[in-house]
Amino acid sequence: MSNEIAVIGVGMHPWGKWGKNFVEYGVKAARDALKDAGISWKDIDYISGAATMRCGYPGYVAGATFAQALGWQGAEVNTSYAACASGSQALAAAKAKILAGEAECALVVGADTTPKGFLAPAKGYRPDDPDWVRFHIGITNPTYFALYARRRMDVYGDTLADFAAVKVKNAKHGSTNPYARYKKCFTAEDVAASNMVANPLRLMDICATSDGGAAVIVCSAAFAKKIGKSDAVRVAAISTVTPTFAGEIIEMPDIATDSAVACDAVRFRAQLPIKAYEEAGIGPEDISLAEVYDLSTALEMDWYEDLQLCARGEAAQLVRNGDTTLGGRIPVNVSGGLACFGEAVPAQALAQICELTWQLRGQAGNRQVENAKVGITANQGLFGHGSSVILKK
Amino acid sequence: MSDKPTIAAIEGWYTMDADKPHLIGTSCNSCGTYYFPKLSTFCKNPSCEGEEFTEVQLSRTGKIWSYTDSQYKPPEPFIAADPYVPYTVAAVQLEKEKMIVLGQVVAGVGVDQLKVGDDVELVLETLYENDEANKIIWKWKPVA
Repeated sequence: MSNEIAVIGVGMHPWGKWGKNFVEYGVKAARDALKDAGISWKDIDYISGAATMRCGYPGYVAGATFAQALGWQGAEVNTSYAACASGSQALAAAKAKILAGEAECALVVGADTTPKGFLAPAKGYRPDDPDWVRFHIGITNPTYFALYARRRMDVYGDTLADFAAVKVKNAKHGSTNPYARYKKCFTAEDVAASNMVANPLRLMDICATSDGGAAVIVCSAAFAKKIGKSDAVRVAAISTVTPTFAGEIIEMPDIATDSAVACDAVRFRAQLPIKAYEEAGIGPEDISLAEVYDLSTALEMDWYEDLQLCARGEAAQLVRNGDTTLGGRIPVNVSGGLACFGEAVPAQALAQICELTWQLRGQAGNRQVENAKVGITANQGLFGHGSSVILKK
Repeated sequence: MSDKPTIAAIEGWYTMDADKPHLIGTSCNSCGTYYFPKLSTFCKNPSCEGEEFTEVQLSRTGKIWSYTDSQYKPPEPFIAADPYVPYTVAAVQLEKEKMIVLGQVVAGVGVDQLKVGDDVELVLETLYENDEANKIIWKWKPVA
């Protein structure tokens, strides 16, 4: 189809806490992706970087930083920043350029080096900044994830055992993934023994931050044909829609939701895949597997419902049935998800694309989903950013 | 009780009425949408061009949308007592304003004493003390 582009190469640097410069991770991932595509760096005519806000100026201009590290060769350059959706926005920029006929073959790359400990706002007395105020009154990032989790328990009857089962499932999935940071097969007892952070979420319900890098090479259908890769995986949709006023759910870092007096309340996470399904011309019944942003175990279950893999409130039943486990009806996070990777913001959405590509090619080894035909990603970050990408065979 | 003065930890976000405090927000004169914290520039409703707002006191009762606690000491600018005492947090749905507002729950109430849908009211309580004053913040208190 004319509005699709081909994924001809993917590559990753293993996730971890390596403490090296982020550029190294990105270049390693990019070189692996080039090798995977069977093309040379000089065949790339557009480089699209996902920015990192934590590594100084080179991170703000990530596209150019990676281009220079790979060796300046005159490609056009772009850098995108969209919090957790940065990788998807960088991919969307490449797609637009290719479909406009202004580029043939693009490298999309993101990498991050994360600091130790928790992120906190700038110091001083700054009551005009709601982000400062919420920290001042004790509303931290885990607070939001715990509120979502607790609401699931009280409204839908989810249990701590359901949340732990998600962790156990993802840990098993990721245990043989060479790019995952955590490869131990944790048990429900391990989860229950970890420290309570924000009731009902324990340390092992919440994802860590990691270093990592991921790269994807996309091209026009004509270019794919030219290099003998007409049967490459296709990008069928990229959704990067903003929320719609009035937001229904209390979102980090807000102290209050929008008031829904004049406009109906709308759930942002559910809007993201709706646009992706529309663009791809398919529905949730067509999905073989999903890679979703499990910032917490309970949040993964919210995504099942937002992706319409089940009705609202029924996610726990999917977990209990083993439907989202490898071998089940609709496996979720067979890569191991953020539970096994930890979050490397600008690389994470691209890592989701890498996993779907390997799965749709049948190259995922022990993690392979049988007969995988269509995959979907979903993630959400700060300040109204989020994305959902659909790949198909 | 200390005889230190009680001062709002954040000026202008709530009335300092000890008995029946209210959060202070605004509402758009054109479409009626409420804002907390206060907004007085351009309405965020995409169908509204409102630029005139009226300061309003928000409902001081609501129902719990969800709740949690903080077992670890948050980073600055949170000012923790020493030793640190975990506290409970609630997201509360205001029926009239159709919005959810976060806040700490009064001291001494744990998550096991709360349920989604419970009625709560707004009260004032100490957020932290320093040498000069008791710094007061809004908190949610279960209605008996």
